[in-house]
Amino acid sequence: MNTAAFIFIAVFTLAGALAAACLRKLIHAALCLVVAFLGLAAFYFLLGAEFVGLVQVFVYVGAVAVLIVFTILLTRREDEDAAGFNWSGVIVAVAVFAGLAWTILKTPSLAIIPAAIEPLTIKRIGEVLMTNYVWPLQCVGLLLTAALIGALVLVMEEKR
Amino acid sequence: MTPTLQLCLIVSAALFSIGLLAALSRRHAIFILIGIELMLAAANLNFIAFWRFGAEPQNPTGVMVAIFSIAIAAAEAAVGLALVIAVYRHYRTTNVRRLDQLKG
Amino acid sequence: MTGERVDQIFVVAKRWLLSFLNDSAPDWVNPIASSLINIAAVLGVFVVLFALISVLERKILGRIQNRYGPNRVGPFGLFQPIADGIKLLIKEDIVPARADKVVHFLAPIMMAAPAILALGVIPYGRNMTAFSIDGGILFFFAVGSATELAVFMAGWGSNNKFSMLGAMRAIAQMVSYELPLIITVLPVVMLVGSLSPDAIVDAQAGYSHGFAPRWFVFMPWGAAAFILFFVSGLVESNRTPFDVPEGESEIVAGHMTEYSGFKYAIFFLAEYFGMFAVSGLAVTLFLGGWHAPLPLLEFVPSYVWFFAKLAALLFVFIWIRGTLPRMRIDHIMSFAWKFMMPMAFTCILAAAVWHYQSHGWAGWLSSLGILLAVYFALSRFLKTGKNLAARTYRFAE
Repeated sequence: MNTAAFIFIAVFTLAGALAAACLRKLIHAALCLVVAFLGLAAFYFLLGAEFVGLVQVFVYVGAVAVLIVFTILLTRREDEDAAGFNWSGVIVAVAVFAGLAWTILKTPSLAIIPAAIEPLTIKRIGEVLMTNYVWPLQCVGLLLTAALIGALVLVMEEKR
Repeated sequence: MTPTLQLCLIVSAALFSIGLLAALSRRHAIFILIGIELMLAAANLNFIAFWRFGAEPQNPTGVMVAIFSIAIAAAEAAVGLALVIAVYRHYRTTNVRRLDQLKG
Repeated sequence: MTGERVDQIFVVAKRWLLSFLNDSAPDWVNPIASSLINIAAVLGVFVVLFALISVLERKILGRIQNRYGPNRVGPFGLFQPIADGIKLLIKEDIVPARADKVVHFLAPIMMAAPAILALGVIPYGRNMTAFSIDGGILFFFAVGSATELAVFMAGWGSNNKFSMLGAMRAIAQMVSYELPLIITVLPVVMLVGSLSPDAIVDAQAGYSHGFAPRWFVFMPWGAAAFILFFVSGLVESNRTPFDVPEGESEIVAGHMTEYSGFKYAIFFLAEYFGMFAVSGLAVTLFLGGWHAPLPLLEFVPSYVWFFAKLAALLFVFIWIRGTLPRMRIDHIMSFAWKFMMPMAFTCILAAAVWHYQSHGWAGWLSSLGILLAVYFALSRFLKTGKNLAARTYRFAE
């Protein structure tokens, strides 16, 4: 795994995420979120999980980001009262990060170097999905159907 | 300095805390949803990192959990955004401070 | 032997170019140089093809409409793209005053980038895939889904109600037809057992009974899937009869209204590259990729066959544009959800039936039967007639 690529992708993703969290205008934040998701997909490719990287681009960038952007469009108001920033949230977030980082750095068993593995083929993922994970697959299908119907019911215009 | 598991976990912890920052310190409902999506994505990264650096990479458990988690995150984003639209239609605001009728 | 050498001439040329680096370069330069040569080759070929198709489209449309197309610039008007390119490059770049500058600037780039990325996974000839990855088909659709975001950015960034309306219609159309596009690919992927375009092309090699090629378009489910995929591709690239987002009489130019000069040229290029990518994928999945149709024609190089099939599909795109009128947006949406989705699912069923009858004549006929049964059931029971009254004519007296 290439160190330069790792550092570049990590900086790219974290910069995009920070911009998504801190920018004033909502639409710019949504587009920086897309950058963060693309950086994450590159991370997955670097870590050898190519299928997950492709699914990440497909689902997050192609669906979730478009949903967020559409919702921004449909709930537009010109007032400024929703554009506030709460500084205590920053303190909590920094504290959480400090705690997690201290825990990670203090655990010596996590300082492992990646072994060279053969890449996980999509065929293997398909086999495992249909044998070991068939029940979770059906449950996720059911859950997605329920989410689809639920979202539609929530936004349908009420019949007067 | 080859990237170790610790470096991957620190990146994912940073992403998680940025998501937490977005969820806690913004008042617009959609920003909070953006923060939640970032936190979910950070957890996915954790799973994949542990799968990659783990003892047996041919056991695709980490990858499967990440795939299911991405599917569930999409469903949750859809329902969450539908909720934001429904609330906007009723209260004409997306400021979560204004949604306090059940308070107290 | 000579046929083999002509067939692999580009692979040999690339290896010769890479041999200049062998002595002094460290380990990581070789893959990067190889990728760069692939990228340059794909871009070079497709930009030339874009220029050629833009003038050929105008000429073919002109002949369909009983007039000559452009024929002043160069022999038969074939240098017209050069004149068009110069014109678009020297036009003033107008950005609306209250437009969102960053979003307005990035939208054309984000529209062209997925189309170019999608061209990278298609096999153009024997051993001539630019980037051969395991999940090539999934990569193609993943980058295709980023196009919707670019259309939204174009509509939003222009600060113009027409642009926004056009962008919403375009996104609604694209999202609806992404589903049939992907589901019609599923029978092919199911039967080949792999998502890699190289494996799919290899599965269509050979000839049954010595003369009939094993392309998937010659099976009933393959023909239906090909037609559905082609129509979905027409919609995804916003071509007539589905060009409501960009028809001039509809909504000025939809999401591209506020773009002038070079940015408009990039949108134009993105639309054509999308057409190339979808046609290239259709050739790969259904028409046998770079394989020859008859055993005695195998001396013709593989890339010639690929580009011949691609040219035939592009001609059909242009022919349909010249022939059919525009459809209404609600007709387009109901067509997607009420007709194409059930037919796409039926293709999967028919392909499974064919497979489990051991690829023989019985399987061919039963899958054809299933498809025809569902087609007639849909056309009988879908209420699209809206109970029209009998036609009455009123003449001026």
